[in-house]
Amino acid sequence: MPSLHPTEFRVPPVDAVALETRAAQLATRSLKKAAKVQGLKLAIAMMDLTTLEGADSPGKVQQLCGKARRPFPARDDVPSCAAVCVYPDLVAIAVDALAGSGVQVASVATGFPAGRTDRQTKLREVELAVAAGATEIDMVIDRGAFLAGRYGDVYDEICAVKEACGDAHLKVILETGELQAYDNIRRACRIAMLAGGDFVKTSTGKVSPASTLPVVLLMLEAVRDHFLATGRMVGVKAAGGIRTAKDALKYLVLVNETCGDAWLSPQWFRFGASSLLNDVLMQLEKERTGRYQRPTDFSTD
Amino acid sequence: MAKKTAPETDSAPELSFGGKWLYAPSREATDHVRIAARSELFVGGEFHKPKSRSYFATVNPATEEVLGEVAAAGAKDVDAAVQAATRALPAWRRLSGEDRGRYLFRIARILQERAREFAVLETLDNGKPIAETRDVDVPLAAQHFFYHAGWADKLELLFPGVRPEPYGVVGQVIPWNFPLLMAAWKIAPALAAGNTVVLKPAETSPLTALLLCEVFAQAELPAGVVNVITGDGAAGAALVRHPGLHKVAFTGSTEVGKEIQRALAGSGKALTLELGGKAAHLVFEDAALDQAVEGVVRGIFFNQGHVCCAGSRLLVQESVHDLFVDKLRRRMARIRVGDPLDKNTDMGAIHSAPQLARIRELCAAGEREGAVMHQSACALPAKGYWHAPTMFTGVAMSQRIAREEIFGPVLAVSTFRTPDEAVAKANDTAYGLSCGIWTDKGARILWLAGRMRAGVVWNNTFNRFDPAAPFGGMRESGFGREGGAQGLRAYVRLPGGLAGA
Repeated sequence: MPSLHPTEFRVPPVDAVALETRAAQLATRSLKKAAKVQGLKLAIAMMDLTTLEGADSPGKVQQLCGKARRPFPARDDVPSCAAVCVYPDLVAIAVDALAGSGVQVASVATGFPAGRTDRQTKLREVELAVAAGATEIDMVIDRGAFLAGRYGDVYDEICAVKEACGDAHLKVILETGELQAYDNIRRACRIAMLAGGDFVKTSTGKVSPASTLPVVLLMLEAVRDHFLATGRMVGVKAAGGIRTAKDALKYLVLVNETCGDAWLSPQWFRFGASSLLNDVLMQLEKERTGRYQRPTDFSTD
Repeated sequence: MAKKTAPETDSAPELSFGGKWLYAPSREATDHVRIAARSELFVGGEFHKPKSRSYFATVNPATEEVLGEVAAAGAKDVDAAVQAATRALPAWRRLSGEDRGRYLFRIARILQERAREFAVLETLDNGKPIAETRDVDVPLAAQHFFYHAGWADKLELLFPGVRPEPYGVVGQVIPWNFPLLMAAWKIAPALAAGNTVVLKPAETSPLTALLLCEVFAQAELPAGVVNVITGDGAAGAALVRHPGLHKVAFTGSTEVGKEIQRALAGSGKALTLELGGKAAHLVFEDAALDQAVEGVVRGIFFNQGHVCCAGSRLLVQESVHDLFVDKLRRRMARIRVGDPLDKNTDMGAIHSAPQLARIRELCAAGEREGAVMHQSACALPAKGYWHAPTMFTGVAMSQRIAREEIFGPVLAVSTFRTPDEAVAKANDTAYGLSCGIWTDKGARILWLAGRMRAGVVWNNTFNRFDPAAPFGGMRESGFGREGGAQGLRAYVRLPGGLAGA
């Protein structure tokens, strides 16, 4: 597979202070009433309900799939989540549990979360996950290669994984908390987009900081510019550390005011989260009834 | 609904905004703000009816509704205010620095406590969005009082070896674009240095300065230390010419500033002027362009462009001109123009009908003289004074929109090829208040900063204010500084012939 010329990986510089200022400014948007309800429902429809623990079991995954299908069975107007995200060995369980629901099955792969294994193993893991029925693959990039300046290796690997995915959608996890500098993040976005990634995703959730507003704003700017230059849309997934409905709405404001209407859909923006859903449900019920419900009114799984 | 943006269409890819998720109105409440049907003059620590017996109306620029009537000070009222300040002077200047600082701290704290009230009133009277009054005007005003409170007992550290003395009675005339903030910029250093003050706010935006008088009373500031007289240009002219003043500070148009300087010549009064501007942004091809776009937007559309240091000229390196203008055009389309009380509004109402007429006149001149106008397609309210965010491209340096201060949301874009050309074009103006440099190269920033003929040089940011940073201009933008140690220098007389700002 021919790699790209290194100049292809050049990106415009990013000014950290100004980027953070803009993100903070957008975070002051005030969302009330109908706009809030619409945003909260959209957040649920964009959610990749995630469990990525050593202790994950078939029972746990089945519980989570039930919640993703019908997050709040008492209300018909609450949509299903976008996907359930699990480790590869539990994909088959999730596929069974979600059959006919329209909820996608996403699997992490490529030696998640560190990615420190050889490429053959990574590709084999992807193939097995896809064979088991995963329709979305969340890969991690080789941060070691990236930070050593071997951008071509990072690019080649993403290309190879994309090929192994077949029809499955590929989300490329940049692990922004390890890349740290905004310039690095912008460059990693470019590599992932050029290599055919369908989504760029912030984090594994295993590294702190995970998703932040400035990082996601930067990634949205990258996919926006890629679209304007090539006509190809790439999605963004904010994952890790998003726990409150208020935070979710701030991310949606970034999407709305950076990429616009086309990205306001589960097809092009996702939240990767485990505890966010219940807070969103609680806020939705508060908007409907005017009162806060007890946390125990919402199931844990 | 959303326009189709899928890539299979033949036309160039384009984004669409605002069709899919509309923000519901989120209006700041106004019920905690009471506006008197008639506001009087604040002289000698109390509100007095004007001896002139005349009043004028102040309107909300977003609705054209009359908010209330305000006293129009005549010559006798000006005289009474100067006399009150003169009577208050001996005790105030004898007070220890610690004690003067204590009053200023108290004023700052009360201002913070009543921040919401001030923010809403400023938005009603001025037309600027509540997000700006809430996050910029009011907090910065409080910071100015805090900052100068800290200096009040340390003046001798600023001027070692000499004993700084207050000028005495200071006359201050401020504009309508930042009514409360300009009052704070003027009053805080004057009081910290031991002067007493007669302040005249602009006739179209007098309400927050009057509310500030309530704060002075609440803080038990001695009577007469600050006097506020409202009125039009005639009242301002009477004030600056009053023989009882020792110093005059003016912020406003270059035209009026020149008049004041002429009137004061030979009078022995000290003078500082903060006047107009025609600041340039210099955007180099290596700049962080997405952030530069935000900075340019902040530079010209902040406060509807009613900013003396607004970045009203954009000089962009020719190699990135098209890319940058495209980014700017898309960004401008997303500026939310409308009800200033809505927390999501980015740009509010133009302050007055005459100002709107002037902006329109200059835009017409821009089109007539051959520049290409780009305007945001935003819907404008039917009532009130409104102007869409506007950008002109292909602007020649000779055109009026490149030379005259528009004081509105209108950006004039030209190009440059080399750093030398950038410097020459940026300095090709009668003004010299501010400029913005956008480049990723540190060495270039320093090289340029030394060559800019402007009092304020912002690097990779714009319209950032801090009480510790001196602000002011050169050439037709005036002289004297506000903020920082340099700002205090403008309010003290140094023995040994060093007086004069």
